[in-house]
Amino acid sequence: MTVIVQLMLLFLIVCAIAVCVTKDLLTSVVIYMAYSMIMSIVWITMESPDLAITEAAVGAGITSLLFFLALKKIHAIDARNEVRRKHGEKQLGGERDDEE
Amino acid sequence: MTKSKGVFARLNAWLDDEQSALERTMEAAQEQSAAPDLEQRSPAEIRWAQEELEEERRIEAAMAQWAEKKAAPAARRMYNALCVCMCLTMIALLLYTVTVLPAFGDPNHPINNEVSARYIEKGLQETGAVNIVTGMILDYRAFDTLGESTVLFTAAMVVLFLLRKDKESARYSQLAQAMDANPHSDTYYEPKNDIILQKTAVILVPIILILGVYVVLNGHLSPGGGFSGGAIMGAGLILYVTAFGFARMRRFFTYKTYQTVVLVALLTYALSKCYSFYTGANHIESVIPLGTPGAILSSGLILVLNICVGFIVTCTMYCFYAVFRKGEL
Repeated sequence: MTVIVQLMLLFLIVCAIAVCVTKDLLTSVVIYMAYSMIMSIVWITMESPDLAITEAAVGAGITSLLFFLALKKIHAIDARNEVRRKHGEKQLGGERDDEE
Repeated sequence: MTKSKGVFARLNAWLDDEQSALERTMEAAQEQSAAPDLEQRSPAEIRWAQEELEEERRIEAAMAQWAEKKAAPAARRMYNALCVCMCLTMIALLLYTVTVLPAFGDPNHPINNEVSARYIEKGLQETGAVNIVTGMILDYRAFDTLGESTVLFTAAMVVLFLLRKDKESARYSQLAQAMDANPHSDTYYEPKNDIILQKTAVILVPIILILGVYVVLNGHLSPGGGFSGGAIMGAGLILYVTAFGFARMRRFFTYKTYQTVVLVALLTYALSKCYSFYTGANHIESVIPLGTPGAILSSGLILVLNICVGFIVTCTMYCFYAVFRKGEL
């Protein structure tokens, strides 16, 4: 059990450093989500399930969603698509459905 | 603009960048005085002026070159060095603090004092809540939770104030149309009617909503409570609206619903606790019986307060998402 907890704490440190180091904002939000999920498991091992539920719902769920929306507003995700199109790669987001 | 208009009309006009008659005349006067009349000068004066201008340009170019070649790299080096120094100092400070902290679960920990002992010993008897955490945040410290709910409410108000596209204002509806028609608008690449998302949402949304309701209603019996359950339900609503769109969401959740639910919940919380707050929260006997601990209808007001907080958090989370994404509920 202690080994698992220590592994998770190590993962948290790696995530925290990775969030700072990554250049891409979308990637750092995804890393932040992973951090929150592992953190909620750590809360359970520390015998505070109340916090674990809140961390999973708010930290991993809603905060990340709001971050994604903010990135969309400042065109950080669209800009990524532009770069990918220039390099001839496949686009990430879905195409616009023109029928509607 | 006439003076007979009210304060709000004038505020609106100011927000819409309308100029008053005074401002217009002032700007016109400025433009007139700024235009020099070259015709009245002699040729010598014009030559001196040109020479002066050239001299100024030479100096400016030299300064720009110096700034680009010498000053900017030096400033950047200093900035980087200072950043590293600050980071190292902060890391050292925080690590030093961690070494001084008492160990996790230490019985001699300063937080293990008479307050927490009292909560653990008398909490069940006084609040009737099996889950001590909920008994604490919704009975002993109900005032704090009221403050938290009000903060959420205020945050939602500010987001609505700043980001909501007001359909009634002609200027804002034009702006919204222009933004949506723009190929670089943020709703342009949005996938619509995604079949995988819809099939997943059909299965997941009821489960998420029921889990949220369970966490709210069982707040005084098992881990959870109004805030966690509300966040779960809000996530469920967000998944629903992402899969099926705002048109279907508006069949049961509009701006009006949001206003009514949040207002009623916040007022119920405030009114049901205001007597206790007014008397200094010194725990006057409640008229509502505490009931048997462990039953769903027990622990007095805590169940009601949990439901109120749950509603506020659900509506606020959904409101954040909807207003951030679309500018309206």
